[in-house]
Amino acid sequence: MRGLRRGADIPFFAAFIALSGSYALLIIGMLAADLSFASASDLAKAFQSREIRYSIALSLVSCTVSALLSMLAAVPAGYLLSRFQFRGKSLAEGLFDIPIALPPLVVGVSLLILFQTPPGDFLEKITAGAARYTGFNSLMRWIGAPEVKGVAYETPAVVLAQFTVAAAFAVRAMRVSFDQIDPRQEQVALTLGCGRGQAFFRVALPQARPGLLAAFTLAWARSMGEFGPVLVFAGATRMKTEVLPTTVFLELSVGNLEAAVSVSFVMIAAAFLALWLARSIGQAHD
Amino acid sequence: MIEFQKATVQAGEFVLKNVSIRIEQGEYGVLMGPTGCGKTTLLEAAVGLRAVASGRVLAGGIDVTRLKPSARQIGYVPQDGALFSAMTVAEHLAFPLRIRRMKRAEIQRRVDDLADLLGISGLLDRRPRGLSGGERQRTALGRALSFRPKALLLDEPLSALDEETRERMYNVLKRVQKVEQAAVLHVTHSSSEAAALADRVFHLKNGKAAEVERTGDAL
Repeated sequence: MRGLRRGADIPFFAAFIALSGSYALLIIGMLAADLSFASASDLAKAFQSREIRYSIALSLVSCTVSALLSMLAAVPAGYLLSRFQFRGKSLAEGLFDIPIALPPLVVGVSLLILFQTPPGDFLEKITAGAARYTGFNSLMRWIGAPEVKGVAYETPAVVLAQFTVAAAFAVRAMRVSFDQIDPRQEQVALTLGCGRGQAFFRVALPQARPGLLAAFTLAWARSMGEFGPVLVFAGATRMKTEVLPTTVFLELSVGNLEAAVSVSFVMIAAAFLALWLARSIGQAHD
Repeated sequence: MIEFQKATVQAGEFVLKNVSIRIEQGEYGVLMGPTGCGKTTLLEAAVGLRAVASGRVLAGGIDVTRLKPSARQIGYVPQDGALFSAMTVAEHLAFPLRIRRMKRAEIQRRVDDLADLLGISGLLDRRPRGLSGGERQRTALGRALSFRPKALLLDEPLSALDEETRERMYNVLKRVQKVEQAAVLHVTHSSSEAAALADRVFHLKNGKAAEVERTGDAL
């Protein structure tokens, strides 16, 4: 009866709390160090820089676009993987995990090589043509942003590099989300006269709302932090393809630690805002 | 009417072989059998969620064996009701009619009539989360009935209800049958449900072969 003694669980809780607590301490320590290092004047100075303001704007826009694109891929992929058994399914599951497992630099190099091939070259031309003839470039000139003349080393490369990795995370999130919805309801919808599409859009999708939000937030936050693929595939040209992680890297490389930390702050704030938004909307839904 | 003609259905490792059941319009059939004998599988085959390996399924005199679930016009209430959590009770009743692009006024009339018949008029704005077991089953029943199906299949609709609610549901089901005049096939393992509701009782035995008995013999 030794195990039933009072206090017998103390070593268990002590060990588990100590181990998880040390990780929590590391996170708190990092944030506290950032806070103590940067001053308000450093932050204000960083915001006065035109380059940094451009980088903040490009980050916000590119992350939103890549998160939306991620959802376009993740919703159907997650649904198919969750609901259907088909030949080559485990292969497909593995395929969607590759961007998560690949080293980020390799993702960038692979994208760069892809856009050297004939299909990639075709996409370059299509993108350049579309940007020119749809009036997109006039809009870019009007808001003072660089024109789009292709994909690689241009702003579309930033979005594509972010999307490649973020979509893989979104696929995972959507699959888990659909797994949690009872397929019985869609089956009943079929007996009530729905086609597959109607059952999906009218029954499954409305219930997946919290999952959609979680996947979108995850994709957005991933895109915000994407550095390797962006650096390799889009470059680090100021006022053109520079996003927040690039700014941190560029400022660090010239020894401007204050600016690097200030920009890091912007990213920390964005990450917290995304987490908070996802949680509060999720709770409102419950 | 709903009819199985020597239907063979495979579900994983077990097989339902040569099942023959026929229930006429306005008749209430109860299919009995122990848990795991394939009752649910048979209903799923009837509505098209599972393939029929051989034999035929007829609904309202039409061979529906190879039709898609959406084209079969069979009302189906699965065991847990499977209500749509994002919809209100009224939206549940209207759902099959909206899919059929019926006029708004017609839908409204049908929803009101059904809610009245099922005693859920006061619940129309509620979502499934706030409903009791009996209310959920009434909603699922209304959803399956709203498009006036030729056959209504109920998979253990009363198994999760307490004794008192169950007694009340007997009356609801009898009233529904009288008003809607569909052929009802009600699956259960409870002989008291069969005694209270059935015009005819069928027995499904030992998964592999299905044997069918008429009322009197079974009870």
